[in-house]
Amino acid sequence: MRVGVVTFPGTLDDVDASRAVRIGGNEAVSLWHGDHDLQGVDAVILPGGFSYGDYLRCGAISRFSPVMTEVISAAQSGMPVLGICNGFQILCESHLLPGALLRNNHRKFICRDQKLRIENASTPWTSAFSQGQEIVVPLKNGEGQYVADAGTLEMLEAEGRVVARYLEVNPNGSLNDIAGICNDAGNVVGLMPHPEHGVEDLTGPGTDGLGFFTSLVEHVFA
Amino acid sequence: MPRVVVDVMPKPEILDPQGKAVLGALPRLGFNGVTEVRQGKRFELEVDEVTDAVLAEVEKIADTFLANTVIENYVVRVEQA
Repeated sequence: MRVGVVTFPGTLDDVDASRAVRIGGNEAVSLWHGDHDLQGVDAVILPGGFSYGDYLRCGAISRFSPVMTEVISAAQSGMPVLGICNGFQILCESHLLPGALLRNNHRKFICRDQKLRIENASTPWTSAFSQGQEIVVPLKNGEGQYVADAGTLEMLEAEGRVVARYLEVNPNGSLNDIAGICNDAGNVVGLMPHPEHGVEDLTGPGTDGLGFFTSLVEHVFA
Repeated sequence: MPRVVVDVMPKPEILDPQGKAVLGALPRLGFNGVTEVRQGKRFELEVDEVTDAVLAEVEKIADTFLANTVIENYVVRVEQA
């Protein structure tokens, strides 16, 4: 599959995300924030970083970039979209995902190898995992505290839309230990930790993150 | 030139880590008696004239862009010169 990886001004992890896409057996296509063009890709990743310097709010300005108009419309038609870290923030600002991400409750940037449980293995980004599988991937964020009102949280839990949950340590004060969620249809996934940094043994805590990038293929041929 | 001000504040039920950090610093600096600090943002928009249409436009700017209404409230007001 051809997977687009968007670069905004201030994006950091586009190169790692593209590399993870290739290691996962797909073709990575670079997409530019200023283009009204998805170049015919089959899926899109919004990678981590500090797009537009996190000015105004994280993701608030990126959400109105030309490429996001295309991503939002494609996502609404069912295209798989994965937002990692800053990408998750952009998806929330775009209203493709409910809730918002606030500064960590302890007010410090945090970087650690984080244990997660995959709570929903039926999305196009998580189908390579088994339901309830525990994985370890890097996490690094300053504004990763997931919040939503009580009704939204209840809906996410009831509909199985919590995709990944923090285990052992809640690194940022996220409600219900939420590390990632998906939209109603399941094609749009937002994730605060960084699976793209956990795809090779040479760097990072292992290769547990790879599943997010091999899932697309398995999903198609399943 | 007339000015329209948009004040954006975190909703009361939303934890405000920045306000908490400021509050925590006050006693260390010798200031006592402050029991709560909330930190928000103030936007000053210069406009050619203040009309209902302009105010409706600013309202839209505030609602869609300046504030994230999931976590923030905003108030639009005209500042007299």
